[in-house]
Amino acid sequence: MTSAAEPAAPYAGSPGRPDHGPDQDVPRVITAPATPGDRVFRGVLRMAGLSVFAIMGLIAFFLILRGSDALRAVGLSFLTEQKWQTAAHNFGIAAVLPNGLLIAVIALVIAVPVALGTAIFISEYAPVRLRAALISLIDLMAAIPSIVYGLWGLFFLQPRIIGFVRWMANHLGDTIPFLKVRTGDIGTSYTSSTFIAGVVVALMIIPIITSLSREVFSQAPQGEREGAYALGSTRWGMVRTVVLPFGKGGVIGAVMLGFGRAMGETIAVALIISPNFKAITHILENGANSISALIALRFGESDTLSLSALMAAGLVLFALTLLVNVAAGFVINRSRSGSATAD
Amino acid sequence: MTTLDLPPVAAPGPAADPAPTQAAAPRPERKVRLGGITREDVFTVAGAAIGSLALNWMLYERVLPFSGAFGFLICWYLLFLAGYFALGRLQWHRLMVRDRLVGVVAWSSGLLVVALIVDQIGYVLSRGSEAAQHLNFFTQSMDHTGPLNPITDGGALNAVVGSLEQLGLATLFAVPLGIAAAVFMSEVGGRMARPVRTLVEAMTALPSIVAGLFVLGVVIITFGFEKSGFAASLALTVMMMPIVTRAAEVVIRLVPGTLREASYALGGSQWRTVWNVVLPTARPGLVTAVVLGMARGVGETSPVLLTSGFTSQFNGNPFSDHQVSLPLYIWNYVKQPYDGMIARGFAAALTLMIVVLILFVTARVLGGRRPGQLTRAQKRRIDRDARRLEKAAAGAVARPYALRPQEQQ
Repeated sequence: MTSAAEPAAPYAGSPGRPDHGPDQDVPRVITAPATPGDRVFRGVLRMAGLSVFAIMGLIAFFLILRGSDALRAVGLSFLTEQKWQTAAHNFGIAAVLPNGLLIAVIALVIAVPVALGTAIFISEYAPVRLRAALISLIDLMAAIPSIVYGLWGLFFLQPRIIGFVRWMANHLGDTIPFLKVRTGDIGTSYTSSTFIAGVVVALMIIPIITSLSREVFSQAPQGEREGAYALGSTRWGMVRTVVLPFGKGGVIGAVMLGFGRAMGETIAVALIISPNFKAITHILENGANSISALIALRFGESDTLSLSALMAAGLVLFALTLLVNVAAGFVINRSRSGSATAD
Repeated sequence: MTTLDLPPVAAPGPAADPAPTQAAAPRPERKVRLGGITREDVFTVAGAAIGSLALNWMLYERVLPFSGAFGFLICWYLLFLAGYFALGRLQWHRLMVRDRLVGVVAWSSGLLVVALIVDQIGYVLSRGSEAAQHLNFFTQSMDHTGPLNPITDGGALNAVVGSLEQLGLATLFAVPLGIAAAVFMSEVGGRMARPVRTLVEAMTALPSIVAGLFVLGVVIITFGFEKSGFAASLALTVMMMPIVTRAAEVVIRLVPGTLREASYALGGSQWRTVWNVVLPTARPGLVTAVVLGMARGVGETSPVLLTSGFTSQFNGNPFSDHQVSLPLYIWNYVKQPYDGMIARGFAAALTLMIVVLILFVTARVLGGRRPGQLTRAQKRRIDRDARRLEKAAAGAVARPYALRPQEQQ
């Protein structure tokens, strides 16, 4: 940091930290006696901070409280039953949960390559002048309301993608079983499917994965990049040996966050799918479902048991997304702290 | 790739030059341009694109029984990559071909994402302008408009007002709570700061339908209130608060520690320091945080869907009766099988997009400034104060027996 030419005198006053120049802004530990006002102030702030725990705790508590009726009514078959007939006490998440996960997985399969390509493009290939604009554009894509994605998917994408879906079903269906469509070759066989919902959800999680990955890619140490170039690497060689290994943790975390978001996505999915209640094996066929779409489409049913069943399903969704998101948070934080020690 | 023309190190002239390296010194150092686009690069990309287009047209449209624009584009892209690889292999080394191929893939995924955003905005614009170009869309509600009425009748005034009121209430709840939590994490800290941060991050990704379900379960089922705009604003608060907190914490952390130290050195208490120094310094960033939270909140559909209740009537009171908002308006009308209703839904989507865009651009413009960086107006004010003080000081010197400005109070 300090070159020999610089006078060493200004730092003599703080012998403990000789490395930090005057413009290096390192906060010192400040100990001040707390006034009564301060104590009140800190108490209020602490309450605001802990309100996060309160809110999340209340969400869990009320979902359990309200969902317990339904769980008591059907017991463990809530996890094994595929149908959703609340009046007949015959309902469970064995269809909606895996079907929802399937939508999320399809979304990831489409979104991850595009998002990583875009992230690499923005951090490594795009002209420097365009970079800020591209980052803003990705942020804007994340800010577009999900209902607009749903409208776009339903009215713009679906009529145009049917030809491609039909092509996949007819030509790949025989070799890859889950691409088969067994309901006859008419237009409505190919609409409102798990695949189309997955494509729209993919668009919604692209910005999340892109912006997080771009952030970790752009933090790859400059010295190692130049080192790779100096050893005669091509740009891709540099990306493959420096940027990607450096960003691996962050990318995994970003993909997990995207998965969590994809699982919870409601409105776009609910607009596109036509709900069904059996576990899906053929992703191009009409009919799909997810927990969140189920809640959005069925909450109008007024009897208590139906609502209670939805609360129980919401509890499962809440627990799953919380698990995925907290795990993703840990992965990302670990990769960040690693980046701090890398140079 | 590029040859460096190095300066002659040892001049071959008459020997015994005392410092041979000095011969190179007066020559200005020329920056070596690495990379850049050559004519071959352009021709290779263009050739691959045109060749694959022709081949794809023949195969896809004529030989193989495929159809659909979507499949055509995908097949064209794959053929293009193959063609580019083949063309590159003719002229370049294997490593370089791979490098160029990855470059092309990266460029195309970036372009794809840009095209998707432009397409989405353009599509909503074109479909939405059909109903939104009639002024009645913004001045009337759907009170007396049936599904078959023309789009020159009825509008989304009720939804716009509902959205603004619910967003306003939610902002009122979420902003103090969110900023206080952010200040807690960065200024008070302690053992609890880290778990709070983890939970806030998890809460950011809380499925919006769960927030709606929560408020439905608490406010409406447990406490027996009716569905209302107020209940919707509570659900929106749950969605907006973590966003505000996260964005606010980032900017509060950027406030220079020396400012805090200066405040403490002047005898300020912690609460005075935060209130008079930290928060004002971070103001532009905090406004950005709030606006980002609002942009997220205004477009949330599922919390509103479960908690506010739909009505076609105008309801300006968020505390009683059902109240419609823009996302809910869209959700209800685009599902109806009437062209006029779908057009209204798209016009509402256009309105919503414009609101989000305005909020987003506001956040960008404000967020461009770092904490503590002054606006032009602030700089002018400081200059004016400085001039006044100077004049006062000069006056004090001219009249040595008069009271100095500081002592006048």
